[in-house]
Amino acid sequence: MSDPAVRSRLLFADSDWDFDRLKSAYNAIEEIALGDLGLEVYPNQIEIISSEQMLDAYSSHGMPLMYRHWSFGKHFARDQQMYSRGFQGLAYEIVINSNPCIAYLMEENTMTMQTLVMAHACFGHNHFFKNNYLFRQWTDATGILSYLDFAKKYISKCEDEYGLGEVERILDAAHALMDQGVFRYARPPRLSEADRIAKAAARLEHEQKNFNDIWRTLPTVEEPESDIEEREEAVRNIKLPEENLLYFIEKASPVLKPWQRELVRIVRNISQYFYPQKQTKVMNEGCATFVHHYIMNSLYERGMLSEGSMLEFMHSHSSVVFQPDFDDPRYSGINPYALGFAMMEDIKRICEHPTEEDREWFPAIAGLSTRGGDWRDALKDAWANFRDESFILQYLSPTVMRRMRMFALSDNAKESHIDVEAIHDDRGFRALRERLSSMYDLGAHEPNIQVVSADLDGNRRLTLRHAVHNGRTLDTKTRDEVLWHVHRLWGHEIKLDEAPA
Amino acid sequence: MNRFHFIDRRKNPKGKSLGNRQRFLRRAREHIKEAVNKSIRERSLSDLDKSEKITIPSKSTREPRFRLSPDAGERRGVHPGNKEFGAGDKIKKPPKSGGQGKGKEASDSGEGEDAFQFTLTQDEFLDIFFEDLELPNLVKRSLKEIKSVAWRRAGITASGTPTNMNIVRTMRNAHGRRLALGRPSTKEMNELKERLFALERISQPSEEEIAEKLALLEKLAAMEARRRWAPYIDPLDVRYNAYEPTPVQTTAAVMFCLMDVSGSMGEREKDLAKRFYMLLFLFLKRRYERVEVVFIRHTHHAEEVDEETFFYSRQSGGTVVSTALEKMLEVQNERFPAHEWNIYVAQASDGYTQSGDAKRCVEILDQDVMPISQYYAYIEILDERELEVFSDKDSGAELWRAYRTFAPRWKTFAQTRIAKPSDIFPVFRELFAKGQREAA
Repeated sequence: MSDPAVRSRLLFADSDWDFDRLKSAYNAIEEIALGDLGLEVYPNQIEIISSEQMLDAYSSHGMPLMYRHWSFGKHFARDQQMYSRGFQGLAYEIVINSNPCIAYLMEENTMTMQTLVMAHACFGHNHFFKNNYLFRQWTDATGILSYLDFAKKYISKCEDEYGLGEVERILDAAHALMDQGVFRYARPPRLSEADRIAKAAARLEHEQKNFNDIWRTLPTVEEPESDIEEREEAVRNIKLPEENLLYFIEKASPVLKPWQRELVRIVRNISQYFYPQKQTKVMNEGCATFVHHYIMNSLYERGMLSEGSMLEFMHSHSSVVFQPDFDDPRYSGINPYALGFAMMEDIKRICEHPTEEDREWFPAIAGLSTRGGDWRDALKDAWANFRDESFILQYLSPTVMRRMRMFALSDNAKESHIDVEAIHDDRGFRALRERLSSMYDLGAHEPNIQVVSADLDGNRRLTLRHAVHNGRTLDTKTRDEVLWHVHRLWGHEIKLDEAPA
Repeated sequence: MNRFHFIDRRKNPKGKSLGNRQRFLRRAREHIKEAVNKSIRERSLSDLDKSEKITIPSKSTREPRFRLSPDAGERRGVHPGNKEFGAGDKIKKPPKSGGQGKGKEASDSGEGEDAFQFTLTQDEFLDIFFEDLELPNLVKRSLKEIKSVAWRRAGITASGTPTNMNIVRTMRNAHGRRLALGRPSTKEMNELKERLFALERISQPSEEEIAEKLALLEKLAAMEARRRWAPYIDPLDVRYNAYEPTPVQTTAAVMFCLMDVSGSMGEREKDLAKRFYMLLFLFLKRRYERVEVVFIRHTHHAEEVDEETFFYSRQSGGTVVSTALEKMLEVQNERFPAHEWNIYVAQASDGYTQSGDAKRCVEILDQDVMPISQYYAYIEILDERELEVFSDKDSGAELWRAYRTFAPRWKTFAQTRIAKPSDIFPVFRELFAKGQREAA
């Protein structure tokens, strides 16, 4: 540090941040992220918020715009209590899959943390959102904000028109089915279709204009003929079994009024929007953590970060990727940051310094860098084309399994013993990898419930079937509560079977 | 490049989640109310208008989703941190009756978040407290009002806004500084200038006059420089009037709570009485800087007790109401002289007293208590059935009838019968009406 030329390159020397510093740090990060790593990102919109605003964002799925509902209020009250009593810290950032990509930075962060967070969110997550196939195919980053805006206004109009209680009834019921409200295999229609929104808004407008007190006693607000036809056409096109319960109910429910169908659709669309995030926790966090780690180290190498900042960064980085052992009281499953980061670093290592084992397991990428290739391309390829389940199946290496000392357990409720099925040795690696991969298969560990039949012309009974996997049936208490909600939306008898898949 | 921008959201309006909170409170209304009522029973009078941490069962706000049963079928998982296991090992499960059994029991009543705890603001708390009392809105607002403050002069400061500038003080400072720095006055300058002009008008000045003129010119230049150096008013001189918020009304009130605690007063009666005292307390707290509360309970003899004992301990014995009045006068004489304290008395009873005692009560009230009291409120707590029987104001138990006879003489005396919380407010109606008029 005695060389003044080096010292002068420091982005900042103490921990206070201001907008000039943020800008110069952003530029330095961008140079590495785009120039060195070759990331490809949406434009960034970086918002500085206070801790109270962070709590606000927490309680409503981290979205800047959300319709109003009591459950968000409940989560806010809980988070606030936890935060103010010091049981729980707040995340340093929240990032939203939208175009422009919105990242929230907390004002309490030090300058080092702001740098870290910008590298993590504005480049790591941002690149992942823009390039991963799930996000590209299933979500509409450009349309989400205007859709949320529409949803919020629509719902608040409904509250004015039909009362808080009525709206709450439908939203509660739709929320209960959120996990079963996604298309897993077919590509859903884009939500932002401007004409669809315009149509819904026009429908609401129409209902309000034609509102006549005389008709108040009528049980439903009339649905225009054309809409009924269109909807019935959609119902005819549904091939049973249908996995998306919310979609089926929205289209086929015999009792819902048009505005209620719209509410169900809003909840379904939001659920669908978050579905890719649920499937890519390990990859998304792994990617972002790898990116921030690489960028912070590069900044340091270039003499742009002081040793003090670097220590602060390493402290916070190592707590983020900390993985307690299974017998540690802090253990609550595998930390996606830890696993993701370890795997990304490992891919880089396999490209640069492969062992014999790696060459055997990963012939395509082992030693890529020594063969004129680039580890960056290997990583970006993985980030773009996989989700957690397939990523682990493809890339989890013996090195990582050994380092994390993984082992697989099988716990059958009927047995008095838990079986250790595989451990991190040559015989166990493949089994471990498959087992871990299947833990990230949402289809397997979220209940798989489908509509198998609906007697639309007769008694209107709706039959659902739970495909039981490994003998794991539904928890009866929550099952009955949810069915009660389904009944609200369907209005007629509901039957739920459980059958082995 | 530069495809980014920063937005500072910190100044955005707060309380974005307020709408969600209102919906949450509305949703859990029933349970919150239960919790508030419980807390009213438990908290002391003087804590009434604080924010409150309450716990509600999560039942009303549960968000169910389909879940796989934790105790059916086969669960498989991968875990980190293996130390001693080898493939094929069997690990004995912990016995069912032990930890696991307990865990299940606990989760039966509500899945870990059985009790949901959060904090109600003072406003929200009072809203729910007021709900049963059926207060008119105006009264609600004025009870919740934060004590009004007046801006009082608080000396002089060196900083402030131009509108608050204290001219006299500023000019005085400027004057002193000008004197100290020897700033030549305009008058002095003018005199010299006159002299200079006079000299200049002389067509053939003598040598002396030329020397004088040069000296004068030099002196004027020096004075001019000095004036620039020591300005007429300097920012240093400026003074502003300072204002400080001070609470208005610095008077004190004492509130005597009298209650019959003989066996006939049960849980329900005491709860109603407590609400009655609370309402009066809130009212007094708004109007007076300092409010003291004295609790006097009585059976056939009376004693001063603390709040805890007042509301929760039971005593057996007969009922002689006049003892409480005597005790009250005794305490008042000792500690709360009538010329220093505004005296409020709230009496709650089930209406029974030893026969003949009612007459004595009226005597004491009429001669000793009413002349020194700002207000005397009496409530008779009945059950709903009795209330119907006594729908006529003139009939009733002995104490009630006796009070009826002298009540018309005192405007500050109020009596009413209550059977449910919404009956409480009418007894105060006069009092609040008076408050409103005064406030207006």
